[in-house]
Amino acid sequence: MALEAKNVSFRYGSNKTWVLENKSLSLERGECLVILAPSGYGKTTLAMLLAGYLKPERGEILLDGRPLPMSGVCPVQLIFQHPEKALNPRWRMRRVLEESGAIQEDMMDEFGIERAWLDRFPRELSGGEMQRFCIARALMSGAEFIICDEISTMLDTISQAQIWELVLREAAKRDIGILAITHNRFLAGRIADRIIDLSADRG
Amino acid sequence: MKRLNRRTRLLILTAVTAAALICMYVLGLAIPDEAVEGSFLEAGEPPSFEHIFGTDSLGRDLFTRTIKGLSLSITVGLVASAVSAVIAILVGLAAATGIKGIDGFINWLIDLTMGVPHTILIILISFALGRGFTGLLAGIAATHWCSLARLIRGEVLQLRSQQYVAISRKLGKSNRWILAHHLLPHLVPQLLVGLVLMFPHAILHEASISFLGFGLPPEQPAIGIILSESMRYLSAGMWWPAVLPGAALVLLVLLVDKLGDELKMILDPYSAQE
Repeated sequence: MALEAKNVSFRYGSNKTWVLENKSLSLERGECLVILAPSGYGKTTLAMLLAGYLKPERGEILLDGRPLPMSGVCPVQLIFQHPEKALNPRWRMRRVLEESGAIQEDMMDEFGIERAWLDRFPRELSGGEMQRFCIARALMSGAEFIICDEISTMLDTISQAQIWELVLREAAKRDIGILAITHNRFLAGRIADRIIDLSADRG
Repeated sequence: MKRLNRRTRLLILTAVTAAALICMYVLGLAIPDEAVEGSFLEAGEPPSFEHIFGTDSLGRDLFTRTIKGLSLSITVGLVASAVSAVIAILVGLAAATGIKGIDGFINWLIDLTMGVPHTILIILISFALGRGFTGLLAGIAATHWCSLARLIRGEVLQLRSQQYVAISRKLGKSNRWILAHHLLPHLVPQLLVGLVLMFPHAILHEASISFLGFGLPPEQPAIGIILSESMRYLSAGMWWPAVLPGAALVLLVLLVDKLGDELKMILDPYSAQE
């Protein structure tokens, strides 16, 4: 067992309807699990729960049988859908990468991050370029699992392909577990080892 | 000559405004107290080349008194708005800690302070502290922090919910690190502009409270004092002690206000690139 959600239930506020009810899933290192569902089925909520951004109301999230660490660098890193929101607009990109530790040159080459970009602000980069930084930031922190919450939805198909190529290659190299969330069945078919459809088991 | 772009012109304008204010301040400090002593032989003279603002009923040169008064006003404005800014940032940060009780209490305090008219509250505080410079400063500082505190609180609440702050926490950064690196850099421009725009308020309140007799003592060369004295002689046809120092005060306030607007234009990312 690696990263595991055990009978997790969550709702936003104690008198609201359940967003997720009694969900369980597990993800091994080196595996790519895709979660597929239409809007409003709690995909992002599940991602936030698994990365420790939210606490489940019932059930628990376990990493190798233990709860996620609450302080220090989290071994489960979440990559958000909108890179422009995930970057401090007043920071140059060099600082963004340094936030997760020392800059690793080889990973920058791997991700096709040009040295000149490091001295730019987020608004001076395109969406795909920003997303590369977000992924690189998550991976440079030494993450063992990454959760990709529709990380390529706002990109054109070529950039999507490029980004996923990079993520999958890096994950295979470091034996990282990937949980990818998407609407796109074709993308899911290309990258997944296993697919879970959240809409299938809702009563 | 190459035409300067708007930002360069703005920067020059800001520098000129700031220089004018600094000149006013330094000039007031440089004038010795003896220069304000007058002679009864020259009492009540209208503006002339020798006394460009005329003299008051005690024969004191009004121009020197006005400059000294403006300098005093600037001191009051600076101290009061700096203290208010510090209160505002502490209160704003405390309110944004996320603890419901503290936030509620601070909001209640802000509403309470803003609900009472400033002038009355300043008079009460100043009077309770024995008037004079300290009483007045305490009064102004205690009433002017509210709007800036509310602004800072809103800003912090909004920043705290940003994704990059949540990510930073998951990258193992402490609350203090996040405060210093993510939050404060966003607040500094807000704070700076708020401080400069608070300045004219503080100056006008100082003048009006002194005018009403609850602020600075009568021997101080403050604009409020000069204006209050001038009231007695206005009906005798002495217009200059009222009009000229009053106009000088308005000029000072306008200059500071302009400086605030210019700073806002420079620092605000929406207008910074124009």
